Amino acid sequence: AKCLCCIGNLSAHQSGLLQKLLQKESAYDYDLIVIGGGSGGLACAQEAAILGKKVMVLDFVVPSPQGTSWGLGGTCVNVGCVPKKLMHQAALLGQALSDSRKFGWEYNQQAKHNWETMTEAIQNHIGSLNWSYRVSLREKAVAYVNSYGEFVEHHKIKATNRKGQETCYTAAKFVIATGERPRYLGIQGDKEYCITSDDLFSLPYCPGKTLVVGASYVALECAGFLAGIGLDVTVMVRSVLLRGFDQEMAEKVGSYMEQHGIKFLRKFIPVMVQQLEKGLPGKLKVVAKSTEGPETMEGVYNTVLLAIGRDSCTRKIGLEKIGVKINEKTGKIPVNDVEQTNVPYVYAVGDVLEGKLELTPVAIQAGKLLARRLFGDHLEKCDYINVPTTVFTPLEYGCCGLSEEKAIEVYKKENLEVYHTFFWPLEWTVAGRDNNTCYAKIICNKFNNNRVIGFHILGPNAGEVTQGFAVAMKCGLTKQLLDDTIGIHPTCGEVQKREVF
Amino acid sequence: MLQCATDPAAQLGKKVAVVDYVEPSPRGTRWGLGGTCVNVGCIPKKLMHQAALLGDRIRDAPHYGWEVPQQVPHDWRKMAEAVQNHVKSLNWGHRVQLQDRKVKYFNIKASFVNEHVVCGVTKGGKETLLSAEHIVIATGGRPRYPTNIEGALEHGITSDDIFWLKESPGKTLVVGASYVALECAGFLTGLSLDTTVMMRSIPLRGFDQQMSSLVTEHMASHGTQFLRGCTPSRVKKLPDGQLQVTWKDLASGREDMGTFDTVLWAIGRVPETRSLNLEKAGVNTNPNTHKILVDAQEATSVPHIYAIGDAAEGRPELTPTATMAGRLLAQRLCGQSSDLMDYDNVPTTVFTPLEYGCVGLSEEEAVARHGEEHVEVYHAFYKPLEFTVAERDSSQCYIKMVCLREPPQLVLGLHFLGPNAGEVTQGFALGIKCGASYTQVMRTVGIHPTCAEEVAKLRITKRSGLEPTVTGC
Repeated sequence: AKCLCCIGNLSAHQSGLLQKLLQKESAYDYDLIVIGGGSGGLACAQEAAILGKKVMVLDFVVPSPQGTSWGLGGTCVNVGCVPKKLMHQAALLGQALSDSRKFGWEYNQQAKHNWETMTEAIQNHIGSLNWSYRVSLREKAVAYVNSYGEFVEHHKIKATNRKGQETCYTAAKFVIATGERPRYLGIQGDKEYCITSDDLFSLPYCPGKTLVVGASYVALECAGFLAGIGLDVTVMVRSVLLRGFDQEMAEKVGSYMEQHGIKFLRKFIPVMVQQLEKGLPGKLKVVAKSTEGPETMEGVYNTVLLAIGRDSCTRKIGLEKIGVKINEKTGKIPVNDVEQTNVPYVYAVGDVLEGKLELTPVAIQAGKLLARRLFGDHLEKCDYINVPTTVFTPLEYGCCGLSEEKAIEVYKKENLEVYHTFFWPLEWTVAGRDNNTCYAKIICNKFNNNRVIGFHILGPNAGEVTQGFAVAMKCGLTKQLLDDTIGIHPTCGEVQKREVF
Repeated sequence: MLQCATDPAAQLGKKVAVVDYVEPSPRGTRWGLGGTCVNVGCIPKKLMHQAALLGDRIRDAPHYGWEVPQQVPHDWRKMAEAVQNHVKSLNWGHRVQLQDRKVKYFNIKASFVNEHVVCGVTKGGKETLLSAEHIVIATGGRPRYPTNIEGALEHGITSDDIFWLKESPGKTLVVGASYVALECAGFLTGLSLDTTVMMRSIPLRGFDQQMSSLVTEHMASHGTQFLRGCTPSRVKKLPDGQLQVTWKDLASGREDMGTFDTVLWAIGRVPETRSLNLEKAGVNTNPNTHKILVDAQEATSVPHIYAIGDAAEGRPELTPTATMAGRLLAQRLCGQSSDLMDYDNVPTTVFTPLEYGCVGLSEEEAVARHGEEHVEVYHAFYKPLEFTVAERDSSQCYIKMVCLREPPQLVLGLHFLGPNAGEVTQGFALGIKCGASYTQVMRTVGIHPTCAEEVAKLRITKRSGLEPTVTGC
């Protein structure tokens, strides 16, 4: 691809070039360049290619402070949803092993877990996904470049590969889908000694006794599966658990974790991380300060995992060169309801978007629909209302719609009816597991036919249960319709039939 | 029908009595209060299914890093005791609940004297007469024994017995192709028992046949043996206690023989109506099925006598429908409401090793009702994420959504084959009750990573002829 900057003297050709520019697409190397080969980027790129457009995807992973890097596919595939769910499954299998004895399986030893076996298997699976994405892009004739992309001027980006070689590309339209990376604390020792979710899933040695800093779903999910495979885990929380989620449910999630051996240090923040011993893992000393007073504490851990949030990768991709506005504080990109930035030919999808949910399926949906609107004459916009999600903590939490707090804020308490119930999954009976822990609640708007505006369930397979409820809510589910629907017996999902005020 | 008795009726100040009695099975098995579901149906079935699934998880565990011995044996006795204890706790729970709600419970075998009076006989032979303004018949059904197979009654068992066996059934022949047959064969195989299913013709009659084939295909590739197109002709007990079964291959006419420790008949159920003396009350039954004829109000041919659950004609034989029908009936009888039971779009799940959840019409029914040109079927083969690392075969993990072809493409039926099918299907059943269309399902964002999200991602139609296998993340 030839850059305009590589063509000698511009002025002599100006009128001819202007002609070409006015012919729009044909003047550019590509119809669409997508920066970022993650869930949103790939979905958008492939859909555009299916619609016959000439598309390029740039994907590049800047190694983490610990040196971790990965292949094509973005956060979800490499350091998010996929390895997370697999490690969660490993932890659930540990629980299944102990349940199995109650069901007659003669397996009497205390189960031991081997970290390396698990991570190798998981990394192999991820490798196969990286490969399948590359094949898929090739099959759809999408150009893929493993280079770091940044804007240099309007309609033009510079792509720098691992060796430092630069190439320029131009396109009629751009989609920014660069996602996010874990945030660090900004304290002494954080980047040198701490790891994040970027490193955890491919860690070549068992993390051992771990301190997880943070109360995000990332923090709780990681703490959950690490404890589930037998490690000594502590979670250090600055204030609330799962900020933004329904707080009654969040506390129940935390409470279950605590009852099952995970230690919580509430209202503390780390101020220093020091290395006591080198090793794989080594030994780290953490000094923490209370958020409420002068109290400090110290602890020694093999691993410190920071999970305090994620920052958008928008500050070093040349957006200022073309005038794309970002939220200076958060780094996120504000877009309109068609995912367009303030610069008309530049769009964005995925975790970089301001005010949108940071979820893979949302990014995929947005990316696909965007491509269809840009190149396929479709009009459909991404529907961000009532997007369901699930937190894969040891006791899973699925939800769709509003939290109780948000519902009260929007509709006022007197206009709401909350139906709730505890339940005991049948499979837990014989296994001798807690009978007053699993919980479900639905929040209804009394003045709109008792319409279900919030659904929350804490129990096994919460994701599987919640998905269909999300469809029902999309179709305007009311309490009456819920009551009229027959339950499937025996399941956890049918628990909605037993909900009482 | 405890729901009918306990929920609204007794709470609304009505004087209520429940009469329950279990005639021992030919093998002598009996059980407590709660009916089929609690004692010899859903509950013990799902628990034994869970035991079998845990066996699979033990096999998965080493792939995920757990150090587990290669072969882990299973102790039937330990499982049976745990399951039976749980069932007994439920029997107890029901008795306490009836007591709390001041419902009188009689453990007697009742039959009609006239349309307002029943006569009950205790185990000891003592007689009691009870009269009532309204009577609800909820006597359910019992497994059918074959009538023309020598040795069937003496040597075979049924689902009435399998959950109460103290000793392992050992090498088992399951005769039948119902969900009962397949679910039992499924968990027996999963518990490492040598299991064979003998079917006269098709599996899961009445269910979507493509899905039914996938169910049995999965079972066959996971250790269950199938003898298709065969019917047994004789069961003989051998000197060492084993059972010798002779059967005929219907296609070739050839006879064959095999030896088993247990023969389990799962060839259907008959309603418990023949010993009720229904003619004394004037209650009509279907002469072929012996089920009680009812209207939309669950009323029989006698206005103040009702029938619900498996004994009623034309009703799905499922616990939740019976429960709901019972509750609504009680509410109507007490003047609390006039709501009728809606039997449309009742979801259900077959708890075979690979579970099959469904709601709405099968593909065949949809095509029969609307015509092939008016039906669009979206489908996909998918791989549950958890199967990847475990190196499990996902060839039969499949979803199809049967819709009307005309926009917005109303969903007529959903069929899901995969892990946790019941959990997946429940929510979608709600969606269908709300009149979900394909468009609405597609606009719903998926939860990642789950199996259920694959339903919201269905894109390929059967009509297109394209490969429906999902790849990638």
